[in-house]
Amino acid sequence: MNQGIERYLAPQSLDQALFALQELGEVTLLAGGTDLMPQAKAGRAKFKRTLMNLRGIPELKGVSREGNTLRLGALATITELLHDPLVGEHLPVLREACDHFASDQIRNAATLGGNINNASPAGDTLVPLLVLDAEVELASRPDEAIYRRRMPLSEFFVGPGKTRRAPAELLSAVLVPCPAPGHVARFYKFGARPALDISTISIGLAGVRKNGHLENVRVAFGAVAATPLRALATEEALEGRQLDAQTIARVAATARQEVQPIDDLRASAWYRQELVHNMLTRMLEHVAQN
Amino acid sequence: MSLKTEIEFTLNGVKRRATVPVEMSTLDLLRDVVGLTGTKYGCGEGECGACTIEVDGLTVNSCLMFAVDCAGRSVNTIESLAGEPLGERLRAAFVEQGAVQCGFCTPGMMMQAAHVLSACGAQDDKAIARGIEGNLCRCTGYKKIVEAIAVAGKATGA
Ligand SMILES: Cc1cc2nc3c(=O)[nH]c(=O)nc-3n(C[C@H](O)[C@H](O)[C@H](O)COP(=O)(O)OP(=O)(O)OC[C@H]3O[C@@H](n4cnc5c(N)ncnc54)[C@H](O)[C@@H]3O)c2cc1C
Ligand code: FES
Ligand code: FES
Repeated sequence: MNQGIERYLAPQSLDQALFALQELGEVTLLAGGTDLMPQAKAGRAKFKRTLMNLRGIPELKGVSREGNTLRLGALATITELLHDPLVGEHLPVLREACDHFASDQIRNAATLGGNINNASPAGDTLVPLLVLDAEVELASRPDEAIYRRRMPLSEFFVGPGKTRRAPAELLSAVLVPCPAPGHVARFYKFGARPALDISTISIGLAGVRKNGHLENVRVAFGAVAATPLRALATEEALEGRQLDAQTIARVAATARQEVQPIDDLRASAWYRQELVHNMLTRMLEHVAQN
Repeated sequence: MSLKTEIEFTLNGVKRRATVPVEMSTLDLLRDVVGLTGTKYGCGEGECGACTIEVDGLTVNSCLMFAVDCAGRSVNTIESLAGEPLGERLRAAFVEQGAVQCGFCTPGMMMQAAHVLSACGAQDDKAIARGIEGNLCRCTGYKKIVEAIAVAGKATGA
């Protein structure tokens, strides 16, 4: 089942963790374990030579505000995000996604950093974070000092389970700009039952409302491609257009073309396209009416 | 050969040490290393809640948690509810309301029920049902379980 873990580390600071990562390279990172444990048991994830538990690293915890940006620590759990007052005030669409996430027990253990680095096309925080223009912060320690680079979340995913994180890097935080007044954002998750269901599809929508249309439109879909998808053609079809029946029909048709879902046990590709079309229509009608 | 490591943690209020393989789950630690078998293995993958325990005041699925991750933390299992006021109220209510049939889900259900009640106080049926979404019961149909938790909760409030 596993190749044999040779070393277990539980660093107590970011500096310690990054130093070890730089030295060792081959490390399996552990946060809440809710993806890693079942994947390892099923043989879908192989342990590297070192297992590093991130829990003791205080720099990765909590939610804070820095100017006009919210900093969501990689170790923030889904439960913490669900109850965080800053998230509730500024990022209700992320809160909504956390509310539809698994079960209480899993929300209590699952972390934001784990959800992002697991890089499942169905990861539920990814779609709202994409439409909120979130960036990931990647920390490393190539020499004496800690180095932090930022990357738009939309560029972070390469394929299922694959990201642009380098082996010596940790995802330290997610940075989200506080939306401007007039900002509207929606999240919709379709699953066969309300709890404990991996998304069949999910939809995120955001924009700034200006007399009857949306500007700065962002649309993202989950579980319809190899990675969570920013839907640029769909965004363009909506950007600046009067939110009337004609626009909504055109946008939904564009979305149906733009997604590239697969058939799997949860749904057929055709059904997923229908869901995208119909649920985006409903979402846009709701935005137009409110 | 898998690597073992020694951990120290608090289990049901008592400090203890254990030596565990680093890839072991907390469920296996509790059942096979410590010998506390009240916590049940249902699915082993986070779907059923039979393995629910409380760690640092929050409930989690012990089958998804690495045993090494118990280090330095406070872990409570179903055994900790015996003799506690809330645990006893839950036990009486589960029996009186007929919320137990085969009983396999019951330890996890009671751990989650205790968490739902103590974290949020007495609650309506909807909030209780929401709280136990992660716990499957194949026998009762949930109605009696929700009623039992509500009864135990009302006793809490009084
Ligand atoms: C029954 C069940 C139901 C679920 N339901 C949902 C659901 O509804 N929606 C959903 O989105 N997901 C769901 N999941 C998946 C899982 O719970 C989430 O993806 C969770 O957020 C993972 O977080 P974790 O802390 O447990 O990650 P872990 O399992 O600890 O780690 C996941 C991956 O991320 C890496 N990693 C973790 N932290 C970092 C970091 N800081 N830097 C770099 N890499 C890191 C790990 O090495 C690992 O590869 C479910 C899982 C189960 C078992
Ligand atoms: S045994 Fe852990 S959730 Fe089923
Ligand atoms: S009583 Fe049998 S599973 Fe719940």
